[in-house]
Amino acid sequence: MRNAILTLMILGVLATAGCASKRVAEQPADTSGEAVDSGAATDGSQAGGIDSGALGENETPGPQGELLGKRVIYFEFDRADLKAEDTAVIAAHARYLSGNSNARVRLEGHSDERGTREYNIGLGERRSQTVRRAMMLQGVADAQITTVSYGEERPAAAGSDEMAWQQNRRVEIVYLK
Amino acid sequence: MRTFCIGVIAMIALPAHAQLRVEITSGVTDPIPIAIVPFAGTTGATGAAEAAATAGGVLDVAAIVQRDLESSGRFKGLPRRDMFDRPSRASEVVVPDWRSSRNDYIVVGRVLPADGGNTQIEVELVNLVNGQRLAGQRFVAPAGSLREASHRVSDLIYEKILGVRGAFATRIAYVAVDGQPPAQRYRLIVADADGEGARIVLESRLPIMSPSWSPDGESLAYVSFENKLSAIYLQKVRSGERRRLSARPGINGSPSFSPNGQRLAVTFSTAGNLDIHVLEIADGRATRITDDPAIDTEATWSADGKSIYFTSDRGGSPQIYRVDVNAGASPKRVTYTGSYNARPRLSPDGKQLAMVTLTEGAYRVGVQDLATGTMRVLSRGQLDESPSFAPNGAMLIYAGRERGQGVLSTVSVDGLTTQRLKADAGEVREPVWGPYLP
Repeated sequence: MRNAILTLMILGVLATAGCASKRVAEQPADTSGEAVDSGAATDGSQAGGIDSGALGENETPGPQGELLGKRVIYFEFDRADLKAEDTAVIAAHARYLSGNSNARVRLEGHSDERGTREYNIGLGERRSQTVRRAMMLQGVADAQITTVSYGEERPAAAGSDEMAWQQNRRVEIVYLK
Repeated sequence: MRTFCIGVIAMIALPAHAQLRVEITSGVTDPIPIAIVPFAGTTGATGAAEAAATAGGVLDVAAIVQRDLESSGRFKGLPRRDMFDRPSRASEVVVPDWRSSRNDYIVVGRVLPADGGNTQIEVELVNLVNGQRLAGQRFVAPAGSLREASHRVSDLIYEKILGVRGAFATRIAYVAVDGQPPAQRYRLIVADADGEGARIVLESRLPIMSPSWSPDGESLAYVSFENKLSAIYLQKVRSGERRRLSARPGINGSPSFSPNGQRLAVTFSTAGNLDIHVLEIADGRATRITDDPAIDTEATWSADGKSIYFTSDRGGSPQIYRVDVNAGASPKRVTYTGSYNARPRLSPDGKQLAMVTLTEGAYRVGVQDLATGTMRVLSRGQLDESPSFAPNGAMLIYAGRERGQGVLSTVSVDGLTTQRLKADAGEVREPVWGPYLP
């Protein structure tokens, strides 16, 4: 029974995700104090480069298992709606997160290389938001999820053909410490 | 007489393999023949112009000028082996002799030591058709800036002959990437417009995107993911000093300087919905400009600072819209040709809009005449992107892919002249042409 309800919820997401979904509330943070922080590296030594640590810092292997071990959701060209085959994977992660309120994930949205870079940032964001909404509909708290879009900037596969492109249109589910 | 005060740039020189190399791939069918005689006081009297310009020792000013002018596609320099005389002053030019060797113009000059360790370039331009001396000018270059002064000589010659200011003494910024996914390195680089003198501004293991020049040419705004999430930074090119302007939750993207340099048009997101905002650089105050569930991004300003052009898929596919910056104005669609038009950039005179357009299944550089709505496609690649006008409006620089490698190319706005700036290794992308230097 519970699974049936989950499936219905996911179908609801599937039905609405394709139409660029509506925005929610106006963000009052536009005028918040966060905006300008000066003083970060004002010594001119910046050219030496930034190493904010190797990839994987603050990340954990996360839960294991047949479904929970799957961490990448793939998308069709210029689409942000979920494929039916991924609903079970997302449901498994949602179940784990809602049962482990200390667990955190970062949803990293990506696109293939076609089209302009900042527009593709938008497309990657749409994809990560689709996964986020699907998880929240299944009881995951907002605070457990951060999203980021890398657009076409961090491909999983090199190459300019559909073989590479289909691996690059994705959302990666990354468990955080 | 002007003195150019060009300080030592406190940045790290690139390894040689990351330098760009220029190849002219096509030019106008009837370029103007011009003789650029090696300047007195310099080396490089023999050999290919390009080799001489980059050889060690004293800089070969004439070789740099010749390469600049030829790179525009509008000029053809007389090979040095065909020069029967080496005048260094207009008064020494035997006009009938040079005219009979089919040159329309001759450039002569001298490079001399000047006070305070400076170097002085004296240059004269003679029209060989009527014998008239068109220009005589002196340039003073502090130590280390002779190359820039040489580009200013090119600007002068270009303007005296074509009536349009040259854009050789300008700089470009671009992003270079090397390594295979996921272990890539990203570098933000500033170089002279001819690709020489490349310097790293920022280096990161995570993406750097969307550089934008301040109108005074002293700073770059860009997006960096160095903390895993996106943030917009403002950095002084010379000192490297920088500050973070925005690291809001969600997207911090697509910064673009307003014409007065005091504001940035940016993309912020609310629950995944991207909209155009205007960010005051001084105090970080942000004003929302668009409010639509579509992706609104890639903003750029009109020259008067009153309106913004941007990409939006509110009509179903990405197209370009224009909106007044005054809050409450509703955007008007600008592009109607084709199913994908994105990342607009306005020409300096405000009459043409460059963009990425999908045509014949390929993403190419298109320029739309804003008065007539006519679109011209200027590039021939499969994945061309990021067009950016030179400050004189005569050329565009853009990025493309060749055999899986990113390359930068320039094309004249009439589409007749193209040249490629090739990186020997890695990938180069997102070129932006800087403003005229002061």
